[in-house]
Amino acid sequence: MNQSMQWQAMLPILPEAVLAVGAMLMLMIGVSVPQSERSARIVNGLCIAVLALAAFVVVMLPAGRAVLFGGSFVVDDYAGFLKLLALTGSGGTLMLSLNWLTLEKQQKFEYGVLFLLSTLGMMLLISAADLIALYLGLEMMSLPLYVVAASNRDNRRSTEAGLKYFVLGALSSGMLLYGASLIYGFTGTVNFAGIAKATGQGAHLGLIFGLVFMFVGFCFKISAVPFHMWTPDVYEGAPTPVTAFFAAAPKVAGIAIFVRATVVAFPGITHEWQQIVVFVSIASMVLGAFAAIGQRNIKRLMAYSSIGHMGFALVGLAAATPEGVQGVLVYMSIYVAMTLGTFAVILSMRRDGMYVENISDLAGLARTHPTMAFFLAMLLFSLAGIPPLAGFFAKFYVFLAAIKAGLYTLAVIGVLSSVVGAYYYLSIIKIMYFDEPVKGFERMPGMLRLVLGVSGLSVMLFFAYPAPILDAATVAAKSLF
Amino acid sequence: MNINWPILSVVTFLPLLGAAFIMLVRGNEALARGTARWVAMWTTLVTFAISLVMVWRFDATSAEFQFVEKHPWLGIASYHMGVDGISLPFVILTTALMPICILASWTSIQKRVKEYMIAFLMLETLMVGTFSALDLVLFYLFFEGGLIPMFLIIGVWGGPRRVYATFKFFLYTLLGSVLMLLAIMAMYWDAGTTDIPALLRHGFPLGLQKWAWLAFFASFAVKLPMWPVHTWLPDAHVEAPTAGSVILAAILLKMGGYGFLRFSLPMFPSASHDFAPLIFTLSVVAIIYTSLVALMQEDVKKLIAYSSVAHMGFVTMGIFALTPQGVAGGIFQMISHGIVSGALFLCVGVVYDRMHTREIAFYGGLVNRMPLFAAVFMVFTLANVGLPGTSGFVGEFLSLIGTFKINTAVATIATFGVILSAAYALWLYRKMIFGNLKPALVGIKDIGLREVLIFTPLVALTILFGVAPKPVLDMSAASVTQLLDNYKHALAAVPAPVKDATAVSIKMERAEMIPVSAAR
Repeated sequence: MNQSMQWQAMLPILPEAVLAVGAMLMLMIGVSVPQSERSARIVNGLCIAVLALAAFVVVMLPAGRAVLFGGSFVVDDYAGFLKLLALTGSGGTLMLSLNWLTLEKQQKFEYGVLFLLSTLGMMLLISAADLIALYLGLEMMSLPLYVVAASNRDNRRSTEAGLKYFVLGALSSGMLLYGASLIYGFTGTVNFAGIAKATGQGAHLGLIFGLVFMFVGFCFKISAVPFHMWTPDVYEGAPTPVTAFFAAAPKVAGIAIFVRATVVAFPGITHEWQQIVVFVSIASMVLGAFAAIGQRNIKRLMAYSSIGHMGFALVGLAAATPEGVQGVLVYMSIYVAMTLGTFAVILSMRRDGMYVENISDLAGLARTHPTMAFFLAMLLFSLAGIPPLAGFFAKFYVFLAAIKAGLYTLAVIGVLSSVVGAYYYLSIIKIMYFDEPVKGFERMPGMLRLVLGVSGLSVMLFFAYPAPILDAATVAAKSLF
Repeated sequence: MNINWPILSVVTFLPLLGAAFIMLVRGNEALARGTARWVAMWTTLVTFAISLVMVWRFDATSAEFQFVEKHPWLGIASYHMGVDGISLPFVILTTALMPICILASWTSIQKRVKEYMIAFLMLETLMVGTFSALDLVLFYLFFEGGLIPMFLIIGVWGGPRRVYATFKFFLYTLLGSVLMLLAIMAMYWDAGTTDIPALLRHGFPLGLQKWAWLAFFASFAVKLPMWPVHTWLPDAHVEAPTAGSVILAAILLKMGGYGFLRFSLPMFPSASHDFAPLIFTLSVVAIIYTSLVALMQEDVKKLIAYSSVAHMGFVTMGIFALTPQGVAGGIFQMISHGIVSGALFLCVGVVYDRMHTREIAFYGGLVNRMPLFAAVFMVFTLANVGLPGTSGFVGEFLSLIGTFKINTAVATIATFGVILSAAYALWLYRKMIFGNLKPALVGIKDIGLREVLIFTPLVALTILFGVAPKPVLDMSAASVTQLLDNYKHALAAVPAPVKDATAVSIKMERAEMIPVSAAR
C-alpha cells in the first residue's frame, strides 16, 4: 500500500522515465541487432516511437501542479506545454533525419539514442525548479548535442562545429554555474521559490551579478546576442538534420528555463532584469535582421534567422507579465512548426546525389517543384510575420504584451527590424519565384513531405482555428504567476 | 432586410473557394489554362452578382453597419464583418472590377496562368475583407495579407524591373503598417476591445490619439499614397501587368482613403483636427508637384501613376476638410478614380499588348487606325481631367467646395491642379492619338470584341456617375452625416483650448449651411 502510494507520487515524472528507459533499451537493441546499418535503422525509427510515447504520457498526465524531489522538480501546465513542444521538435527532426542518414551513409544507432538523451535533458530543464536541477538538465541536454554536432566525424566542418560548440558551451556553463553559486551565496537557497522570497525586499548587488552570469548561460543556449557567435558556424558545419534539431528543440527548453527562472525566482527585481532582457532582445532582433541579408548559405541564413526569432520571443519575457509569457509560448510553438517545415525543404535540396545548401540552388523552384516552393514561400512569409500566416500571430502576441507593459521603444525597434528581416525572406521567395530555374532536385522523400505538409498547413491555417494553442498557452502562462 | 445566410462572408470567401478549385485542377497545360481562366471568370462574376444583392438589400437611410456577422475568434478579437454606406461602395467597386481584370488578362497572360488566377482570386478575398472587417485585428489581417498576392503578381508577371518594384512596394507598405499594428495594440489596451463599432464610441485620451493617429497615418499615407511617400507607386505601376496596375490603382490605393475615413477621423477626432493642416499641406503639394512631374513623363503608365497621386491629393484634402461636401466628395472621387484610372490602365494595356512598349513617343496618330479605341480613350482622358458630365468632375468639385469653406487658400491652389491635370492628360492624348500615323503603327488593329466588352461597362459608369451621381452619394450620405456628427460631438467634448474649439464649431456650422443636396 505504502509502496503503491510512493509510485503514485512519482507519476508526474513518467514521461522522463519513459525517455530514460527507452534510451537504454534502444542502446541494447542497437548492440544486439547484427549488421550495424540495419540496427541503426530500426533504432532510429523506434526512437521516434519512444518520443511519441513520451508525448502521449505528457498529455495523459493528470492536470494540475505536482512537485517532486523536495521541490527541485515541478510539473505544471507550463511544463506540460513546453515538454510537448520540445518532444514535437525532437520527434520532427528525427523524422527529418532518417532519409539523410541513409543517403549520407551515416546510419548509426547512437544518433537516435543521443537525441533521446538530449530530449530527456530538455524535459528535466523545463521542469527544473531549483538551480541544481537547472544545471543538471542543462548539461544533460547539451552533452549529447556536442556529440551529434560532430557526428559526421570525417567531415572537417562537422568536427569543427562540434568542438566550437563544446568549448563555448562549456565556458557558458561555467558562467552559469558561477552565477548560480553567487545567487546561492546571497540568498542562502537554491530553490526558485526560496530565492523569490529572499529577494522580495530588494536586491543585493551580488545577487544581480549572479543573475547576469546566469543570463549569460541562458543567452548562450538560446543563441541570443551578444552570445550568439557560435550559432552561424555550428549551424553551417553540423550535419543538416542536426542543425534542424539545434534550431528546434534546445531553443524551446532554453527559453522555457529562461522564462521560468526569471519569472519565478526574481519577481522582486523585475526592474533590474527587465533592462537586460530588453537589451538582449533588441540586439538579437536587429542583428538577426541585418546580418542575415548578406548570407548565401541557407543554413547560415537560418542561424541568423533563429537569432532574430529568439529576440522576438524575448520581447514577451521583457514584458514580465502573464500576457508576455503567453506570447512567448505561442511564439515558440509557431517557431517550432516553421523551423521544422523550413528544414524539411532544406533537407530535400539534393541534386546529382549531393546535398546542396546555397540559396541560389533554389532558383526557379516554383517551376521545378511548385508544391514545395509554395509551402516554403508560405513558411517564409510566416517567418517574416506577414498575416494571415501563423508567424504574424506569434509576433502579435509578444508585441501586444510589450505594449501593455509600456515598452514602446522595444516594440517600435522590434517591428522595424521585422521589416528589415522581411527583406531577406522575400529575397528567397524572389529566387524561387522570379528567377530562371536551375536543375531540379531529386524527388522529395515521403517523410519530408509529411513534415513539410503538416507544418505548412498548420502555419497557413492557424488563423482559422487558433483557439487550441492560444488557450493552452494562456493556461500554461498562468501557472507561473 | 432579413437575410439568414452570411452574405458578406460568402462574397468575401467565394473567390478563395474558386482559387482552391483552380489549385486542384490537374491535367495537361492547355486544359488547365482554360479551366483556370473560366473558373476565375465565373467565380468573380458570381461574386459580383451576390454583391449586387447586397446593394439591393442595403438600407441607405441607416448609418448602422448592416449584414453584420460576429463569431468568437482570437479571444481578444472576434470575426466581425459588416458594411455601412462608406464601405459598401468599395466592396462593390472591388467585385465589379475583378471580372474586368480577369477578362483583361485573358490573352496577355500566357505563362503560369493557373498561379495568376489563384493570386487574383486570393487578392479579391483579401480586398473585400479589408473593406468589410469590423474588427481591427481582422482588418489588419486582410489589409496586410494583400501584400502577398500583389508581391507575386508584380514579381512574376511584371516588366523588366519587376524585382526592384515589387520589393519596394512590399517593404514600403509593410513599414507603414507595422507601426499601425502597434497603435492597434495600444488601442486595445486602452479600450479593452478591437471591435470597430465599440472603438468608434470609445473616447481615446489625447496623447494616445496623437500617436495612434500618426501611426495610422504612416500606414495609410504610404498606401494612398501621399507625397512624399508615393515613390513606390510609379515603379509598381510601370512594372505590374495590366490587371495588376488596375487593381493597384482602383482598389489598393483606396484602402488608404478608406482607412482615414473608418479609423483616423472617427476614432481620433482631436488628432485629426490638429493634424488637418499637415494633411492639407501634403495634399496640395501632391496635387501640384506630382501633376508637374506627370508633365515630364515619357512612359504612359508612369504618367497615369503620377496623375493618380495627384487625384488622391484631392481625396485626402476633401476628407480632412471635414465638411459634408468634402467627405462625400472624397468618397465619390475614390470611386470615380477607381473606375477611370483602372480604365486608363486598361487602355494602356490595349496598346501595350499590340506594340509591347509604353513609350509615349513611340505612338502617334492612332486615331487613323483605331477610331473606336480613340473614342474610349477620350472618354477616360476627359474624366481624368474632370470634365463636367463625367464622374471625375463630381468628386473633384465636391471636394473643392468642401475645402473652400474651411481653407480657401488650399482650395485655390488645388484648383490649379485641375488645370495642370488637363495639361498633361490632353498632351498625352494629342501625342498618342492625333498627329501623323507613325510608320511602325501601320498594322495596328482596333479593339476587338473582348476589349469592347471590357470597356463598355466602364464607359457607361463614367458617364452615368457624371450625369447622375445621386445613387453613390445617397448610399453613403447617412454614414457620412453620422461620421461628421460624431466628430463634432467628440471635438466639443474635448477640453481643448477653448478658442480653438469654437473656431471649429463655427466653421462646421457655416459648412452645414450648404447641404449636400445643393452641391449635387
